[in-house]
Amino acid sequence: MTNWSAWLFWPDNVALSVFALGLLAMVFLYAARKPMHGIIHSSCTLASHGTRFVSRWLLQVSEGMRLRNQAVLLAHGQESEAVLIDREFERVGNLIRKDLQEFPALQRKMLEEATRIEDDYRKCGTVPPPSPEWVTALESIAQIKSGGDIPRTLLEDINKSIQKIHDKTIAEFRRSYEERHKILNAMQPSWRTVEKLIGEMDKKMVTLQTNAKQIDNHMQTFEAIRAKDSKAEHALTVSSFVQLAISALVMVIAAGGTFINYKLIALPMSEMVGASDYLTNSLKTSDVAALVIILMEASMGLFLLESLRITQLFPRIASMDDRMRRRLMIASLVFLTILAGIESSLALMRDMLIADKTALMRDLASVAPASSDGVLTSIPMVGQMVMGFVLPFALAFVAIPFESLVHSLRTVIGVALTQGMRGLGVLLRFVGLFFKRSAKVLELAYDITIVVPLMLERWAIAWRSGASVETEAVTLSKSRRAA
Amino acid sequence: MKTHFTVVLLLFVLLFSGACGDSRMHSHGVYMLVDTSGTYAQEANKASKIINYLLATLNPGDSLAVAKVESRSFTEKDIVAKVTFDKRPSQATSQKRAFKEKIQTFTQAVKPSAYTDITGALIQGAEYLNETNSGIKTIVIFSDMQEELGKGTVRDFPIDLDGFRIVALNVSKLRTDNADPRLYLNRLARWEARVRKAGATEWVVVNDLENNLESILVTRGTNG
Repeated sequence: MTNWSAWLFWPDNVALSVFALGLLAMVFLYAARKPMHGIIHSSCTLASHGTRFVSRWLLQVSEGMRLRNQAVLLAHGQESEAVLIDREFERVGNLIRKDLQEFPALQRKMLEEATRIEDDYRKCGTVPPPSPEWVTALESIAQIKSGGDIPRTLLEDINKSIQKIHDKTIAEFRRSYEERHKILNAMQPSWRTVEKLIGEMDKKMVTLQTNAKQIDNHMQTFEAIRAKDSKAEHALTVSSFVQLAISALVMVIAAGGTFINYKLIALPMSEMVGASDYLTNSLKTSDVAALVIILMEASMGLFLLESLRITQLFPRIASMDDRMRRRLMIASLVFLTILAGIESSLALMRDMLIADKTALMRDLASVAPASSDGVLTSIPMVGQMVMGFVLPFALAFVAIPFESLVHSLRTVIGVALTQGMRGLGVLLRFVGLFFKRSAKVLELAYDITIVVPLMLERWAIAWRSGASVETEAVTLSKSRRAA
Repeated sequence: MKTHFTVVLLLFVLLFSGACGDSRMHSHGVYMLVDTSGTYAQEANKASKIINYLLATLNPGDSLAVAKVESRSFTEKDIVAKVTFDKRPSQATSQKRAFKEKIQTFTQAVKPSAYTDITGALIQGAEYLNETNSGIKTIVIFSDMQEELGKGTVRDFPIDLDGFRIVALNVSKLRTDNADPRLYLNRLARWEARVRKAGATEWVVVNDLENNLESILVTRGTNG
């Protein structure tokens, strides 16, 4: 503990000693006022300038980073949009090639149908009944006054003949109509065919129209990206965040699958590489070997999807010629199948090892072996084998979310870094401002401690200036009087 | 390319810098002494159960030996069965079955010995376990811990049990202990002092064979 009494001039009179000490300190501080103000000012200016310098540097770096991120983001977005547009054009091309190449045949068919319909229509034209030319002859016979029953008989005969002809004509007319109806009836399928063809055409045209609209939308986005539109950039950034979240979720699910896969082969791997070998204090060689197998499967899956051009993580594979790419694809598939087969065998071995160990435990515990139903007990074994074969292929598809994760993570980290640096820059700027202002505050605070000498100084200056003014006034009045 | 290689090499070194290299350092070595002197020979069935527990608990790569404590036990002839389990689990299981058969044969034909040379058996056990290079070395003594040496048997010299765990199992109370429990307590204290002086890292007494068998073996990682 500090012995404060050593500082006292008169230990018996503490108040007087403290007063004397205070007085001495005040005198010292007053004497050191100018250099102390200088130190305070210089220190604060140094700190302020330093923080402002760092702040400016951070803001510049963050701006550079933002621009670089923007360039990468837009380039990636442009590339993605170009791929989408390419795909849409491919679809349209397929549609045109597949459907609209049949258009001339369809047109010919429709023309034929139309011609047939027209012919049938013409055939259906109404044939009017023959005009009654014999009506005039009948009128002449009817005007004969004499002749007895001859005209009557004649008329009756004519009537009979006319009745006969009428009946014949009516029959002919009906038959003709019947034929026309038949023709019209036969036209029905042709109309239906035409209607169906028009419907199909309509559907294809609607699909084409939808594709055209989608291409228009993609083109608009593409143009906006090319124009470095802020909205497009924002949309791409948000899309990256969403992509990151989705791909991270899928990766978590895949990690679950990997864990199951690992559990399936970790025990039997100890049969291959030994159960008592350790790489580190707690890391078994067999566990690492199992993990290596799983990672190799994932790598083969990655190469398979790369060679299928589903993912594009390796530009070297994407730029390979088709023959080499196909060879790589076959090699990856073969290796993946072999690894899946190995894993399936390991799953079988796992079941056997567990069964063997269980039997030993029963033997050691002198417990009678449990009765087993052959079919029921083999279900888990078959299930494990199937799972061991299928899981590697399922894990191969992890490459898709992985690619998405890599791309989106770059954007997200870039945005986070930019924002972080910008925030830090602003904070340092504020700190610089604080230092700048605090120089004055510290100087004033220093002056408070020596307020008494300062007051004396002010009075002395005022007194001296007052005395000099009086002297000057007396001198001036004397000179005036002299003048 | 050279830079990539250096980075990969560095990562590899970092990953495996903690590797021991010697797999034996992670293995258990257990040497079990079964007292066959006097009436304690009747406890052989209990010893058989303990051995079964050890067989069920030990892993591939571990070592196990069972020896009987007789009048003079510093000899390999007293080792009933010994095995270092294969690294492959399937082979280890077969070895465990064979070991169990040997122990069964032994327990069916135990002959009581006149004296009890625990010290000699301890020295023999320490020798065996040192040869196995096990990472964790445990000597299990299934005995009443009452040493009785025959004429001409010299055991009053310092022994070396550096790094060993000593587990005394089923230390039954003798008739004299019942009369004066201090004899029992002093006997245990004397043995503890002796093995600790010899460098043993741990001294454990397990009498509750139904519920406290886990104390016989330590799990990996807890032993230093």
